[in-house]
Amino acid sequence: MNNQQAPLALEAVGICKSFGPLVANDEVNLQVEKGQIHALLGENGAGKSTLVNILFGLYKADEGEVRVAGEKVEMNSPHDAIEHKIGMVHQHFQLVPVLTVTENIVLGDEPTKKGGVLDFEKAAQEVEELGKRYGLEVDPRAVVEDLPIGYQQRVEILRSLYRQADVLILDEPTAVLTPQETDHLLEVLRSLTAEGVSIIFITHKLREVLAIADKVTVMRRGEVVGVTDPKETNEEGLAEMMVGRSVVLRIAKSEATPGNTVLSIKELNVLDDRNQSALKDFSLDVKEGEIFGIAGVEGNGQRELVEAITGLRPLVSGSILMGEKEMSGCSAREISEEGISHIPENREKHGLVGPHSVADNLVLNRYFHSPFAARGIRQTAAINEEASHLVEKFDVRTASIHNPARTLSGGNKQKVIAARELSHDSSLLLAAQPTRGIDVGSIEFIHQQLVNARDAGVAVLLVSAELDEILSLSDRVGVIYQGKLVAIAPTDEFTRIQIGQLMTSGNS
Amino acid sequence: MNSLLERIIRLRWWILIFLAIIAFTIFAGDFRQDPTTAILAATLRHSTPLVLGALCGMLCERSGVINIGIEGQMLMSAFVGFTVTAATSSLYLGVAAGLACGMLMGAALGGLTVSLQGDQIIAGTVLNIFALGLTSFLYTPGETIHSKTPRINVGPLADIPVIGKIFFANQPITYLSLLLVAVIWYALFKTTWGLRTRAIGEHPSAAETVGVSVAKMRYLNLIIGGGIAGLAGAYLSLEAVGSFERGMTNGKGFVALAVMIFGRWNPVGAWGAALLFGYTNAIQTQFQFRGWLTGHPQFIGMIPFIVTIVVLAGFVGRARPPAAIGQPYTRE
Repeated sequence: MNNQQAPLALEAVGICKSFGPLVANDEVNLQVEKGQIHALLGENGAGKSTLVNILFGLYKADEGEVRVAGEKVEMNSPHDAIEHKIGMVHQHFQLVPVLTVTENIVLGDEPTKKGGVLDFEKAAQEVEELGKRYGLEVDPRAVVEDLPIGYQQRVEILRSLYRQADVLILDEPTAVLTPQETDHLLEVLRSLTAEGVSIIFITHKLREVLAIADKVTVMRRGEVVGVTDPKETNEEGLAEMMVGRSVVLRIAKSEATPGNTVLSIKELNVLDDRNQSALKDFSLDVKEGEIFGIAGVEGNGQRELVEAITGLRPLVSGSILMGEKEMSGCSAREISEEGISHIPENREKHGLVGPHSVADNLVLNRYFHSPFAARGIRQTAAINEEASHLVEKFDVRTASIHNPARTLSGGNKQKVIAARELSHDSSLLLAAQPTRGIDVGSIEFIHQQLVNARDAGVAVLLVSAELDEILSLSDRVGVIYQGKLVAIAPTDEFTRIQIGQLMTSGNS
Repeated sequence: MNSLLERIIRLRWWILIFLAIIAFTIFAGDFRQDPTTAILAATLRHSTPLVLGALCGMLCERSGVINIGIEGQMLMSAFVGFTVTAATSSLYLGVAAGLACGMLMGAALGGLTVSLQGDQIIAGTVLNIFALGLTSFLYTPGETIHSKTPRINVGPLADIPVIGKIFFANQPITYLSLLLVAVIWYALFKTTWGLRTRAIGEHPSAAETVGVSVAKMRYLNLIIGGGIAGLAGAYLSLEAVGSFERGMTNGKGFVALAVMIFGRWNPVGAWGAALLFGYTNAIQTQFQFRGWLTGHPQFIGMIPFIVTIVVLAGFVGRARPPAAIGQPYTRE
């Protein structure tokens, strides 16, 4: 076994942290051994991020202590954490978009010439060498906002390595990566541990925990519910620990019984925000009673496709038929009224009106209809009645339907949107990244709702960057690459690896 | 070649404006050297408070704090500088007092926006109202000083025709403003201090996570910026006019903000923009001299403000301000 005498690289003892009445961390212990990858697993809101923010000095613990290499340290600011060789790769990248890669990496610890003058050449050279050494090559002179997400993450990791971090904390690093990028990241992490770096790896993806972690600490509702060796458990076991009950990871669904074509897209051409071609002669049919999954790396035209169908983006050419009716040129409301429901990709920005009440958000697509409005006057009683009904039916956890929607957790926000869109009488459901960043329990619920909608005869168009989601829900899969559908087939005719290749290169 | 063409296209408005100024100056001066020189020298003088004000605004906004209190900082410093000179008969003590007063006003803005996390627009407005009220209340009409800051000729350079009179025969704060343009440009883009300043104005939490103290850097920038606005105030009372008048800043603090935006938060750009605005001020004199529009002096007085509106509405295009301005920063 391990050398019992060797001090732990990083240890948290009895950490407590409350935000007002909410207890985010309750007597949390975490022990990270040197050169190990320690996974921190838990649902959203389980307190993982709070814990690592305390370890990194961004939050101050109410109680408990942090020990680095066996010694108690005061963590009052990230500066202290950096002093103790702790680095962090944040979930929302802490990079300055308009600065260069090098400037971002050396910020706060810059190589200087005389008089505080930045030695950019020396810095750029160091960054380049560092990237080569760890397999994280990135152009030191590139401006960060011009880099794809995967490269921005490299910059974040390099920033910690530049500061010679002994402990590297990664907060949900794979949430933004493609399967291939994820594999590469995991390789890099393994090579880092070989050099003696200890890694805390936060995730809610069970497969990654099993693939890479030497040890896993599972958190639930602010408490540690278990510490285990991944070799001694499996996905089901971890999921159960995480959620506190047994979870259905793969939704059981019957064979699809597709009917008439509901949505028919022909030769669609659409531009993106920079007026570049986003969809090129894109054609697609979705039938009632089937889930059609669109797999693809983000930024290959998925967003533009969804926006074109929902009337939020003008078409250059092509047609979108709902049944027999041509929808191109119709307004977003006309399209919605024609029977298209839409779970948007960005729930905060396009799915909800954050400051408005849960009740108002639940009728956002129907507030102007009877019985919610009469002669232009809102009918509060009817709205509240519908809202209460939906909150119960969709298990939205909120203290009151009158609370602002923005106060809900991610999973509950998504349930509000799903409740609204699924209670809308529609024949097509567009679900864009419907489970991004929400907890396993909510994912299970949303997935079940999508399958139920399908079984009720709705045509479901699922757009997701999560390959697992596409594979477990879809009846047919189309892979989108650079604005084109490069492959369409029933789901069981693809392997995971084939789709991964199609997503990244356009051919298999 | 290509990049040269791109540069020209990018700078087309500047080139156009520059040519228009040359043309008009020659026309107005009827090819005579003296009036032309006079206009251009006046342009530089009039641009001094604007470029100083713009540098102040730039340091504040680059670090993430909107400063619309430049007007108040300038006015207060103009008053304090004047009063100290009147009491001590020392112009340089007066300038130093104006500088110190500006720094204090900058610290006050920091207190309101960084420590108390107040709304930055309201904090700036508070400074403006405070300065206007207090200076009007304390000002004793009839108080005088005996001279203005002296003109310093830079050796033989001052004897160069036209250019010598424009650039090398100025008063001290005007020289200082030119120096500050260069120094602040270098500091912002070449030093670690500048890198950190730009970082906290774009993404303060990113800077904080690498151990840069956002609060400290913002205070530092606000105080240095305030000092520069203080110099602009001292310029008005001790270098340009030689006395104090109620509300003598007359909107220059706000025009300075326009100058800053037109110069795209870049010291050199702001200097160019300040020269344009200084020029519109300088030709007012020329208008009066030639007897144009004399029946309507208020129209002549409007010229700088009309230029401000036209420039901001028409020419600025997609200038991108620092991303984090206007938002108080909290760690948790």
